[in-house]
Amino acid sequence: DSGGFQMVSLVELSQVSEQGVHFRSPYGGAEILLSPERSIEIQNALGADIMMQLDDVVSSTTTGPRVEEAMHRSIRWLDRCIAANRCPQQQLFAIIQGGLDPALRAQCLREMTQRSVPGFAIGGLSGGEDKDSFWRMVKLSTDLLPRDRPRYLMGVGYPTDLVVCVALGCDMFDCVYPTRTARFGSALVPWGCLQLKNKEFTKDFRPIDPDCRCPTCRRHSRAFLHALLRSDTAALHHLTVHNIAYQV
Amino acid sequence: MKMKLCGVGCGRLGTLAGLGRNGAAALTLPGCLLYTRTGSAPHLTRDTLQVVGGVPAVAQLTLPTMAELHEVLEEYKEGAAKFIGMPDTVLYCSLLDPVAPCPSGYNTNKTVSLWGTSGRMELTASKFMDIQRAIQPDWFQCISDGDTISGEVSRKRAKKSVDRSLSFLDVCLQLLEKSPELQGSVMFGAIEGGDILEERLRSARETAKRPVGGFLLDGFQGSAMIKETKLQLIASVTAELPEDKPRIIHGIGRPDEVLECIERGVDIFESFFPFQVTERGCALVFSYDYHSDPEAAALKQNGAQDVEKNGAEDQDEISKADPEMTPFEIFLKNKRYQDDFGPLLEGCTCYCCQRHTRAYVHHLLVTNELLAGVLLMMHNFQHYFSFFSAIQDALRDNKLDQLKKLVFKQALQGPANAKPGQ
Repeated sequence: DSGGFQMVSLVELSQVSEQGVHFRSPYGGAEILLSPERSIEIQNALGADIMMQLDDVVSSTTTGPRVEEAMHRSIRWLDRCIAANRCPQQQLFAIIQGGLDPALRAQCLREMTQRSVPGFAIGGLSGGEDKDSFWRMVKLSTDLLPRDRPRYLMGVGYPTDLVVCVALGCDMFDCVYPTRTARFGSALVPWGCLQLKNKEFTKDFRPIDPDCRCPTCRRHSRAFLHALLRSDTAALHHLTVHNIAYQV
Repeated sequence: MKMKLCGVGCGRLGTLAGLGRNGAAALTLPGCLLYTRTGSAPHLTRDTLQVVGGVPAVAQLTLPTMAELHEVLEEYKEGAAKFIGMPDTVLYCSLLDPVAPCPSGYNTNKTVSLWGTSGRMELTASKFMDIQRAIQPDWFQCISDGDTISGEVSRKRAKKSVDRSLSFLDVCLQLLEKSPELQGSVMFGAIEGGDILEERLRSARETAKRPVGGFLLDGFQGSAMIKETKLQLIASVTAELPEDKPRIIHGIGRPDEVLECIERGVDIFESFFPFQVTERGCALVFSYDYHSDPEAAALKQNGAQDVEKNGAEDQDEISKADPEMTPFEIFLKNKRYQDDFGPLLEGCTCYCCQRHTRAYVHHLLVTNELLAGVLLMMHNFQHYFSFFSAIQDALRDNKLDQLKKLVFKQALQGPANAKPGQ
């Protein structure tokens, strides 16, 4: 990943210009410039099989001229990323922006699909916007993206969203949710999720999900995991294994 | 449980066989127990633990955690081994957690206090046995008064620790007879007495008169007792104990101290030490290869290279290292490992050393990733268990002296990260 999302998550510590994104370190104030060229340089060094362009990302709840500015800049940065890529065997994906504005998104799609890239990501969503706008932007994007290239919907997501977006024509997803929620003591199950730190599980000797075949469910009970959560990180690993098995 | 020693001239090299529910497990001696927290090897799931080489056949459960789970275990009915997901592991339940500090001054003639996550629990002998009945361990330490380790212990207090512990022992032996759930369990008698030789001898002799399955040398934890006194007492105590019953010691973890205790008749140790090393972001790198030239081996492992690298050292990084750090480890969070692409320890066959570099573990520590703990725990456990294997080999080859020389040389060298002359 190019580091673009940090423009949103670390917005307090960053400043965007045509050159790139300036980040200020919270530990000591050192400044770094993340430009399209620098992002690609790092991704080339890491040897990533799939690389993402550096895009100008704004929060999905932003309105006004900033959204359009970011969309146009993302196109210019896509061209700079393509030019900077020294390793053609690493697949560079474009990222469609345009916020929640259908006209802007469509314009971005028309421009970016003219570039020769092996895949397209749908960006700038999954950030807290209302679901009605979210799925419409996804559908608009998949309608206008070529059928013979992968569509990667970034930052999605929750189980329901995954099902809906597959139906809408997306192929690839990423989300911190299953592993992050595991680290907070939460196990995913077909009927929702179990907050294993809760007292109700103290004497619950069933596995997380009796139908799950993951190592955690084959060997351990909710009661044991509840107890272990208070004393050792191994509990987080057990839950992570289960949640990934569930996701897969 | 059957103790088989290899005979004269080999120290107490041998095996404890016939362990566990089906009597199939065995512990090679001298050996150590697998340290666990709430029944789990720290940081490790069953699958990751299985990748660690040399995991001991007996695991250590600590009573404070189990006591908090008493009601749960009572309702569960099938014992702690099954509850923690280790139905085939031999379990030893110690009274205290070697890693958790135990405030002093709370024990009475009839009770011992333990500290868990919800605070203090006061146990009588009767309550103690109730909890053991729910745990159903293979081995357990009898409730005892070991509150003699916080410095300044009077003769009177030392005497009390012995009196109380013997009294607890006798009550528990009676309760044990009436406990069908514990018929397969072996109770270890705790030898107390602080740093008073007379009391230690009395404790050893009296405890040995009771039908216990083994002995626990208690009250040697911490650093309050003078080193020479500690070693003399350990030797004096084991001299009073029958040869054919195992002797466990609590609170001893450093490799040099382990060797000193083995020389003085101790059989079994805990493995909290590699856990502590892990928690301070360090990796064990001491050599136990007594075959090669001790000079060369010690230099190679700890350091001429490591010490030399000290040129432009960042003083802040060094001072951030845990003061408890020993000469047997390296502090991987130190900046010098940022671009060190060698394994944690050259020649180590553990999962981490076979796949990862010092630089990678350094990075994981700097970014606070959970994986750092997983990898370090795997390496540190395997290295520690291999150390015990080397001790057994050395006893067999009659080369314990060489091993001692090698380990003690490394104990003197000072931390591998230190500036020369520091």
